[in-house]
Amino acid sequence: MIQITVNGATRAVSPDTTLAELVLLLTPLPQVLATAVNGEFISRNQRDAHCLRNGDAVFTFQPITGG
Amino acid sequence: MAFHIAGIELDSRFFLGTAQYPSPEVLQLAIKASGAQVVTVGLKRQLAQGDGTGSAANDFYSIIRDTGVRLLPNTAGCRAAREAVTLAHMARELFDTPWIKLEVVGDEYTLQPDPFELVKAATELVRAGFEVFPYCTDDLVTCQRLLDAGCRILMPWGAPIGSGQGLLNPHALRTLRARLPGVPLIIDAGIGSPRDAVQAMELGFDAVLLNSAVAQAHAPVQMAHAFKLGIEAGRLAFEAGIMAQQAMAVPTTPVTGRPFVL
Repeated sequence: MIQITVNGATRAVSPDTTLAELVLLLTPLPQVLATAVNGEFISRNQRDAHCLRNGDAVFTFQPITGG
Repeated sequence: MAFHIAGIELDSRFFLGTAQYPSPEVLQLAIKASGAQVVTVGLKRQLAQGDGTGSAANDFYSIIRDTGVRLLPNTAGCRAAREAVTLAHMARELFDTPWIKLEVVGDEYTLQPDPFELVKAATELVRAGFEVFPYCTDDLVTCQRLLDAGCRILMPWGAPIGSGQGLLNPHALRTLRARLPGVPLIIDAGIGSPRDAVQAMELGFDAVLLNSAVAQAHAPVQMAHAFKLGIEAGRLAFEAGIMAQQAMAVPTTPVTGRPFVL
């Protein structure tokens, strides 16, 4: 297992887990989230090919109201 | 009254923020009453354990999406160009628009934009194909640098975000309008009352973006309508040509001197 953080919370995942697989653990609707790893935007199309590494910081964002 | 911005023709010069409304239903009615064709939205980092507001946030966003108005996502909360660039890419994917209201704040107390980080982020985003609406101060040189970076629209503040203080520096805003005659200029932030919006439009600004002044009114829907009328009135007055002020009284009725004195 490797240790990553998801929105600041530590989480253990299997080695070679992709970002797409992680997002599916977070929501059944992956298209409603935008993702970044270590501060870099990772598009929906890139999630399948993006393998998470030990120490990665994953952030997920959702739409909200705004000014 | 129609005008073009970023290649899009709009009938309304009122850009409305969607935050702080008491309910999704009030927001929906306020958008309708405002006549706005563009509304701002944001992105929120999800909390690790969930904060119980996800459903409410989705309700608001569903209402906004269903209105069919054009979305202008913002990069609220960013303090550095790199953050803003990443958030802008996320916004483009989530909201399916290249439009981005670029906010990079440099001071926590005034929420004043950081001009250096703003120009840096704008440069990168324009290169990446974004239509950047930079939230900036009324500083002329900063605005010129943003145009140099490829921005086609500028959004100078009237006053600090959410302060409702109106146009604090009309001289600087007049200077911007005079020096950048062909650039779409949208007053963003600080508007408190419809009179502030009228003033902005009378100064020749192309549009007004506001949020708190409507959302925090006792009757947001009514206030949205009031701003709609004010913005239209101000624009009509600007186009009609406002008379020059005189230092002294000037008689208006064409009498022949005093009525009973020859």
